[in-house]
Amino acid sequence: MTDISPHLIVAPIILPLIAAALVTMIEQRPLRVAISIFTMAALLLISVTLLMSVASPLSADTIVYRVGNWAAPFGIVLVLDHLSAMMVALTSILALATLIFSLARWDRAGPRFHALFLLLLMGLNGAFLTGDLFNLFVFFEVMLAASYGLVLHGSGTARVKAGLHYIAINLGASILFLIGVSVIYGITGTLNMADLSERIQNVSQEQRVLFDAGFAVLGIAFLIKAGVWPLGFWLPPTYSATSAPAAAMFTIMTKVGVYATLRLMSLVFGIDDNTVMGIASPLLLIGGSLTILMSMAGMLAARTFSRIAGFSILTSSGTVLAVVGIGGERALSGALYYMISSTFAVAAFFLLIELMNRARGTTSEALGAPMFDDEYRDPYDDGPPTDEVGRITPVTVALIHGGFVFCALLLTGLPPLSGFIGKFAIMSGLADYAHLSGWVLIALLIVSSFAAIIAFLRIGVETIWGSAETIVPQVKSVEFAAIAGLLAMCVITTTHGAAVLDYTDRTVAALQRPGDYVSNVLLPNPPPLPTLEIPPQEVAP
Amino acid sequence: MEIVLSLAIGVLVASGVWLLFRPRTFQVIIGFSLISYAVTLFIFSVGGLRIGAPPILDPAVKDVSAYTDPLPQALVLTAIVINFAMTALFLVVLLASRGLTGTDHVDGQETTEQ
Repeated sequence: MTDISPHLIVAPIILPLIAAALVTMIEQRPLRVAISIFTMAALLLISVTLLMSVASPLSADTIVYRVGNWAAPFGIVLVLDHLSAMMVALTSILALATLIFSLARWDRAGPRFHALFLLLLMGLNGAFLTGDLFNLFVFFEVMLAASYGLVLHGSGTARVKAGLHYIAINLGASILFLIGVSVIYGITGTLNMADLSERIQNVSQEQRVLFDAGFAVLGIAFLIKAGVWPLGFWLPPTYSATSAPAAAMFTIMTKVGVYATLRLMSLVFGIDDNTVMGIASPLLLIGGSLTILMSMAGMLAARTFSRIAGFSILTSSGTVLAVVGIGGERALSGALYYMISSTFAVAAFFLLIELMNRARGTTSEALGAPMFDDEYRDPYDDGPPTDEVGRITPVTVALIHGGFVFCALLLTGLPPLSGFIGKFAIMSGLADYAHLSGWVLIALLIVSSFAAIIAFLRIGVETIWGSAETIVPQVKSVEFAAIAGLLAMCVITTTHGAAVLDYTDRTVAALQRPGDYVSNVLLPNPPPLPTLEIPPQEVAP
Repeated sequence: MEIVLSLAIGVLVASGVWLLFRPRTFQVIIGFSLISYAVTLFIFSVGGLRIGAPPILDPAVKDVSAYTDPLPQALVLTAIVINFAMTALFLVVLLASRGLTGTDHVDGQETTEQ
């Protein structure tokens, strides 16, 4: 499994793009579904292959794909390393499960669901794989444009209102992104991240101030995505207003902000063992800690499942960013583990919320009226649900509530599931660090877990035991399959915790040695150039 | 020239930010447009302002210093396209919001008069 075709790296970007183009042209729903499912399954296989190839000790840590075979600082590079392979695999698993869930009904609730979903995937994969700042911007925009469509999916006043705010905030973030990128380009003269990492050494002191300012502006754009306090207030309302599959998929979008921060921190400032470098680290620590505090308060105040889920996302990104701010190998490795587990758990929870709301009879999933003439509706999907669609047994209720308990255990970080292992790994890493900020963060994590337990217990008791009559919801088996798949991933990360933690250890080790990344991107072995005869251009050096 | 350009950028951003904080969706979208013009000019300026220097190689001119940096221009082009598309998309959502809520207030409801 060590010898993969280098072209495989570009597949997670190209494949969804082609499929999205195909899907928009096809009228028949079964064919559209087939293409989406096939693409998603292929992506899952590809991403697992990529993950295995990076994880195997025989292969290079960083595999670089030079698009068009142009040499690195001038051409576009895609870089596969431990971190990006992990994120792409995480995205693929999540996407397959979400897509399967949406087949039950959501993909018929509005136009072009499959195309938007595939484009979102392309943007996500591209953002994880690219080695170039401006391409990162472009892939961010692809991802955001698709997410604007998905956030409105299903229509309805609440979604449009939330979507309007979401789009406005992200347009602002994109503008900040552009400003940051152009300042960085103006000072270093490069947009390639590896080249940037080299050139930053030679920036003079007064230029460095300007560079830091540009980097800070860029960082704000990332932190808006990650939902850090005070930039994260848009997140819970948007995510609770949107449709379940979209919300589940958006859990990975906050991770893009975390990923970009981590990547650039590693390349520009360096994530050093126990030393806090650059301007960003204390800010990340403070921002992350305040995010945990805010989401704790939000969770205690929340009266609906979806708001609790929204604040769980904020807790997770706050935790990871605060740990990045402190640094420390083992804590960071634990944070990455925690990120994997919490992404699966929150996504599963979002999907489950839809079923639970159905069980409570809340019509939060009510579809809005069609907004455009070309919005197609499945003639069999509208109208009151009929008995033949779902299995109506109390088993359904038991399964839903069992799933809720699972999610609650994962998200509060109680043993025996992966949420506990993740938090424990972070805390043990922070305790090694033996510094006041580390202890404060440990205390904060424990208190926030406690708040989460209270919130989950209260809402769980209210809905599971409190309601006198339970409406048995209509649940299709694909919906259960999707949630079960995501929860099974959490169980696998628990039972194979050592392997996953070993992988994250190596990820962090690679992040601490950005030199490897840089030298791999900036060609140690010049790629064979095409033998095409090019007429000599008369250009002086 | 630098002064003129930076003043233009400053004025555009200032007006844009002011419009962004207004309660009407149309004002917000105009604000975004103004800011994105300013950002476009800003990206253009980071390559260094030159007069009469082409960005495209000419075989007759061998001195590299006679050219201006082509990359910011390419970036500007990309940024313009993306901003244009996003503005169009935002406009659609804005119209949908106007249709569904019956008001062009950004929160979808009028603030109650004191």
